[in-house]
Amino acid sequence: MQLFSESLQTAFYLIVSGNSDLFEIIMLSIKVSLTSLLGSIVIGLPLGAFLAIHRFRLRSIILSILNALMGMPPVVVGLIVYLYLSRSGPLGFLSLLYTPTAMIIAQMLLVIPIIAALSTQIIEDLHIEYRDLFRSLNVSTFKAIMAYIIDARMSLLTVILAGFGRAISEVGAVSIVGGNIDHLTRVMTTAIALETSRGNLSLALALGFILLAIALGVNIFAVKVKNWAMDK
Amino acid sequence: MFETSYSEAPFKFELIPIKLRSVSFQKLGNNLIDDISLSINSKGITIILGPNGAGKSILMRLLHGLEKPSSGEVLFNGINLNNTIRLKQAMVFQNAVLLRRTAIENLSFVVSLQRPKQTSNLNKLLQEVGLYEKKNLPARRLSGGEKQRLSLARALVSRPEILLLDEPTASLDPYSVQMIETLLIKLRNQNTKIIFITHDLNQARRLAEDIIFIHKGKLEAYQSAREFFNNPESKFAQAFVQGKLIF
Repeated sequence: MQLFSESLQTAFYLIVSGNSDLFEIIMLSIKVSLTSLLGSIVIGLPLGAFLAIHRFRLRSIILSILNALMGMPPVVVGLIVYLYLSRSGPLGFLSLLYTPTAMIIAQMLLVIPIIAALSTQIIEDLHIEYRDLFRSLNVSTFKAIMAYIIDARMSLLTVILAGFGRAISEVGAVSIVGGNIDHLTRVMTTAIALETSRGNLSLALALGFILLAIALGVNIFAVKVKNWAMDK
Repeated sequence: MFETSYSEAPFKFELIPIKLRSVSFQKLGNNLIDDISLSINSKGITIILGPNGAGKSILMRLLHGLEKPSSGEVLFNGINLNNTIRLKQAMVFQNAVLLRRTAIENLSFVVSLQRPKQTSNLNKLLQEVGLYEKKNLPARRLSGGEKQRLSLARALVSRPEILLLDEPTASLDPYSVQMIETLLIKLRNQNTKIIFITHDLNQARRLAEDIIFIHKGKLEAYQSAREFFNNPESKFAQAFVQGKLIF
């Protein structure tokens, strides 16, 4: 318990003292996670909507793959991205390895399946409800997808939060492709892993509390937004 | 079978007559619509009657192109049902299907689909169905009757030449029923062809110009409303009018 209270004090001190290293890590974590989340939303939501409203031969196979990818170990994703981005890999010429961009790509590969697979189920339910109406109104596929995303926004917000949770808490993939380089690719999770391995548990726990606070803050904000929208 | 043009005024309806030629519809081996042929020439309100499971809704879905006939064809003024014709129709479903948006946004969604955009006074439409005061409320918060009235208003945004209604007044309060019926009569007077499914014989007496009666997917009678109620063409129709159970 003493360690926890010390860690809380350390975390509090680090925050109020405006520790630049800490804020750099926090800002990079948020930047990488939000960017990967945004990219995953842009790809995952329309993909989920498309799979929800279309029936084609490979649909069930794609859904099975997406479902399987939801549980994909991050280190495996990190390894795959590493192999692609390493100098001898097919995308080595882009020189993206050990950059925040590589971390964003790795996180996107982890988050897209979550957003696509979960949104497919939500939008499929809505599609069953709207299908006849949309056929009656001759709604185009694009318009239908947009309408599903807009109308299912409250449920999809939960999916997006799940995606954010996966991105912000991820450590395996980003440490492989980011390298945990100080002032360049060090994010909260990799910093926690590093400080733990160094035996600096107090700082590691402090970072952990900050990470928890961010995750909690985002969830509270999302719930507030959801309640506000439900009242509208 | 009944086939007539009621109006002495010049016939203005471009999609009339509506003809079904030997239309059948099968699903999972069941004959849900069995070789129906008829020609609807009337410009008034055509009511489809029949016991539960008779195939009324399927018939309406075939008329709207939501289902394709297994055999036969559906013709509007001699032209096979296509997208152009479908866009001149609107359908109100038995269970009001409303977007998870406000009442006015449910109407503006239809406007957003139109190419080219038509000028529609959405506020006036909401006034017509008594929902103007609730235009900014989420549609899900409306009562059952209000939801159905909103569905009707949305169907009217595109100014359909043919309006198909699948039991729009089922389980509604008398106020909502009266409001919908008043609006339907007004639409009929504005030359909108209305095809309406109901179980309510009194409502059929009030509104119908002609009646289609089907039973077990077969057309049993197609008569003017007066003839149908005075002298139904089939024994099933007769039993139905008398309120007897038919099997």
